[in-house]
Amino acid sequence: MEVTVLEELWTLKELFTYPNEYIYWSVQIVMYPFMTGLVAGAFVLSSLYHLFGIKQLKEIARFSLVFSFALLMVAPLPLLLHLMHPERNFYVFMTPHFTSAIAAFGVVLFVYGSIVASELWFLYRKHLVEGSLKLKSQLNKSLGEKIRYGVYTALTLGVFDLSEPALRQDEKAIKILAGAGVPVACFLHGYAGFIFGSVKANALWMTPLMPVIFIMSAIFSGVALCLLTYIMTMEIRKFKVSRKRASFVYPTFEEIKGVEMLEVKMTSKYLLLFLIFSISLELLDLVFRGYTAVRSWDILRLVIYGKDFTSIFILQYTLGNLVPFILLLMPGLTIRRAILALVLVIFGVFMMRWNVVIGGQSFSLTFSGYMDYVLPIIPHDLDTFKEGLFGALFIGALPFLLFWILNKIFPVFELKGSH
Amino acid sequence: MNRRDFLKLALRGSAALALAQGLDEAFRPVSLHAASRPVRWVFLVDTYKCIGCGFCVKACKRENEIPFEADVSRTWVERYVVTKDGEVFADSPKEARNGFTSKRVDLGLGRYKDIPQERIDKAFFVPKLCNQCEKAPCVQVCPVGATYQTADGVVLVDRKWCIGCGYCIMACPYGMRFFHPVYHVAEKCNFCYHRINKGMKPACAQACPMGARRIGNIKDPADPVANIIMTQRVSIHKPEYGTNPQVYYIGLSEEVR
Amino acid sequence: MHVLRPLYVVLAVAGIILIARTFVVPRDFGIHERGYMYGWYRTGNVEEWKAVQVKYQGKEYCTDCHAEQERQVLSSSHKIIECENCHGPALEHPAEPTKLLIDRTRDLCLRCHTYLSYPTSKRSEIKGIDSDQHNPGEECAGCHNPHQASKP
Repeated sequence: MEVTVLEELWTLKELFTYPNEYIYWSVQIVMYPFMTGLVAGAFVLSSLYHLFGIKQLKEIARFSLVFSFALLMVAPLPLLLHLMHPERNFYVFMTPHFTSAIAAFGVVLFVYGSIVASELWFLYRKHLVEGSLKLKSQLNKSLGEKIRYGVYTALTLGVFDLSEPALRQDEKAIKILAGAGVPVACFLHGYAGFIFGSVKANALWMTPLMPVIFIMSAIFSGVALCLLTYIMTMEIRKFKVSRKRASFVYPTFEEIKGVEMLEVKMTSKYLLLFLIFSISLELLDLVFRGYTAVRSWDILRLVIYGKDFTSIFILQYTLGNLVPFILLLMPGLTIRRAILALVLVIFGVFMMRWNVVIGGQSFSLTFSGYMDYVLPIIPHDLDTFKEGLFGALFIGALPFLLFWILNKIFPVFELKGSH
Repeated sequence: MNRRDFLKLALRGSAALALAQGLDEAFRPVSLHAASRPVRWVFLVDTYKCIGCGFCVKACKRENEIPFEADVSRTWVERYVVTKDGEVFADSPKEARNGFTSKRVDLGLGRYKDIPQERIDKAFFVPKLCNQCEKAPCVQVCPVGATYQTADGVVLVDRKWCIGCGYCIMACPYGMRFFHPVYHVAEKCNFCYHRINKGMKPACAQACPMGARRIGNIKDPADPVANIIMTQRVSIHKPEYGTNPQVYYIGLSEEVR
Repeated sequence: MHVLRPLYVVLAVAGIILIARTFVVPRDFGIHERGYMYGWYRTGNVEEWKAVQVKYQGKEYCTDCHAEQERQVLSSSHKIIECENCHGPALEHPAEPTKLLIDRTRDLCLRCHTYLSYPTSKRSEIKGIDSDQHNPGEECAGCHNPHQASKP
C-alpha cells in the first residue's frame, strides 16, 4: 500500500528539523480565524447602531447582522475540512475537555449563534408575521410560495402579536442582545487568538497579546467586509435604478448615492480606529521580542526579516494596513477609493492570519531549521482540494451565496417595517 | 388545581429534572478512581553509548505498525557534529530508520555537508522519544479527551476518539507527535505500553545493542534505572517549558536541540 | 411574554445535545486518576493498548531452535546485537511467519560499520570502513560471517 505522509505534500524541510515536524495547520486553519474574525466584526458594527443608537449606521446595521449570520454558518466549515476525522466533529460537544481552548468552540459557537439568531428574529419578526399572514390568505400557492409560507410561519415561533407594546419589547430585546453579543463576539474571536497564544511550544504564537490582536483585527476586517459588500449592493441598486430595470424603495439614483456616502464615511472612521489598535499591538509584540531577545529570537528574526519579509512587511503591513490608512484619511473620500482601501484591508487581515498560522510553522522546534509551505494550487485529489487554494476560495465565496439566500427571508433593504 | 395545570406542571417538572440530570452529568462526570499502582515509568538515555545504528527506530516502527517508508516515527536518533570553529551541524536522515551510513550531514532539500574528520571537535548521537511528561501540554490541549495520562504515567491516544485536529501535535515542545499515515489520528511513543505491561522492555530498549535506552520505574527503590536517575548527574530536555519530562539523559550536551 | 420564545428554542437545542450525550458517550468515559486536565478519557482504551500484539520476542525466543547460531554469536563481538535487529520481528515464528528475513544488503552492516571518528561517542570505537572505498557494491556477507563477526 502506497503510504505517504499527507503533510509532505505541502511541506519543504530545510536544515535541522525534527522528523515528525510538518506544516500540519495549513490554509484551512488560516481561513478559520479569518472567517470568525469577519463574523465578530460584522456583529460589532451592527451593535454600534442598535446599542449606541448611532443613527447614521442604521442602513448598514441590518445588513451586517444578516451578513454576520451568513458568515457564522460558514465559520465551522474550515475546521470540518481540516479535521482528519470530520465525522467525529460532534465529539467536541459530547466530551468537551475545557482545559483546551478548542473545546470552547462548541460553547461559544452555540451561545453566539443563539444571540445572533435571536436578534435577527426580533429584528425581522414583524416582516415574518406579515409575510406569513399574507401568504396564508393567498389561495393556490405555487411551490415556491408554499415553501416561503412554511419557512415564515415556522420562523414566527408561534408568535403573531404585532401590537405596540410587543414591538417595544422587541426593540428592548434587540438592544439587550446587541449589548450581550458584543463581548460574546469578542470572545468568539478572542478564544481563536487564545488557541494560538497559549501554545508555549510555538515561539511565535506564545504571547498574551495574541487574543487581543486577533479581536482588534477581527473587528476591523468584519467592518471592512460589511462596508465593502454594502457598497457593492448599493452600486448594483444604483445601476438597476439608472437603467430603470426595477423599481425600488429608493426612488432616485441620487438618494441611493447620498445614503451610501454617508454610511461609508461614518463606518470608515470606526475602521481606522480599530486599524490603529490592531497595528499598535502587533508592532508592540515585535518590538518586545526584538528587545528582550530570548532564545527563540535568532530564528524568529531570520524568519520575520528574511524568509517572511515580503509576506509580513510588504503584503500585510504596507499593502494591508498603511496604504488603506492613507487612502481613508485623505480628504475627499470617493467610493472608488473606499473600495480599494477596503479590499486591501481584508487582504491585509487575511495575510495577518497567514503570517501567524503559517509563519509560526516556518521554523522548526529545533530553532535550527525551516519549513516552507507550498500551498497546493491544482487539486488532484480530495486532500489537495480541501487544504489547497480552491478549498480556501470555496470557503471565501460561500458566505456571499448564503447571504443571498438569507436575504430572501430577511431582506436587508427595506425602508418600512424595520426597527 | 385542575388536570390541565397539573399536567403542565408535571411535564415542566420532569423536563427540568432531566435537564438538571444532564447538566450534572456534563459537568461532574462519573469519576472512576483505580487503586494507585506503585508504578511510574521513566526512561534513561545514555548518549555516550548511542552509536547511531538506528535499530531502535527500525524495531519501533515494526513493533508499533508505523509504515517503515513513511517519514514519521515514534522515536528517532539525532546526530550532532561540532566543528573546531564552533559550528554545530545536526541531522536525522529519514529519522535514522536506516542508521547513519554516511559521514555527510543531511541539510535537507538535497544538500549535504562534508565535514573532514580532523575538523570535528566532538560528535555524538541523541535518541529521542516521548517524554511522557508529568504536566503534558499535549494532554491539556486535547479538545475531546482523546489523549490522556494513565496512573503509571504513560500518555496514550484513543484512536477511536481522536478527531484529528492536530492541536496536540502543535502543543508538544519536543515534536514527538504526528498523524498516523494510515489511521489518521494523533500518534506518539507510548513506551510500548503493550510490552511493558507484560514485563517486557520497549522494542527500542530491547533492540539497542549498547544499552543506551533503558526503561525503569521511579517508584521502585530496587530499580537500577531509578537508582541512576536519583544518584547520578542526569538532565532533562527543554526544562524551561515546565512539562516535567520523564525521560532522563546522560551526556546531554548544550548543543542538543 | 413572547420575548422568551427564542430562549426556549435555545434551551430545547441544549436539551437535545445533553440527551444525545447519554447515547453517544461511552459509559466508561470520565475523569480518572490524573484528574480532569490529564485524566479525561475512556478507560476501555487502556485495555485496547495493552492487547496490542507483541512482534519482537527477544533473543531467548530464538535460542531453543537456533542454538548453533546463538553459540557463534555469543563468542563474537556481535553478541550485543539482538537476532531480530537483522532478521526482523519473530512474531509467531515458525508458525507465522514460517521464514524470517535474511538481509544481505550492505546497508544493514553499514549502520554500525561505516567508520565515523566521533570523539566522545562510542561509535568511534567500532571498527568500520568507508563504503565507497572498501569493495563498493559487494555483499558484506560474501566475505564476513555476521554471526561470527569475523575477518574473511
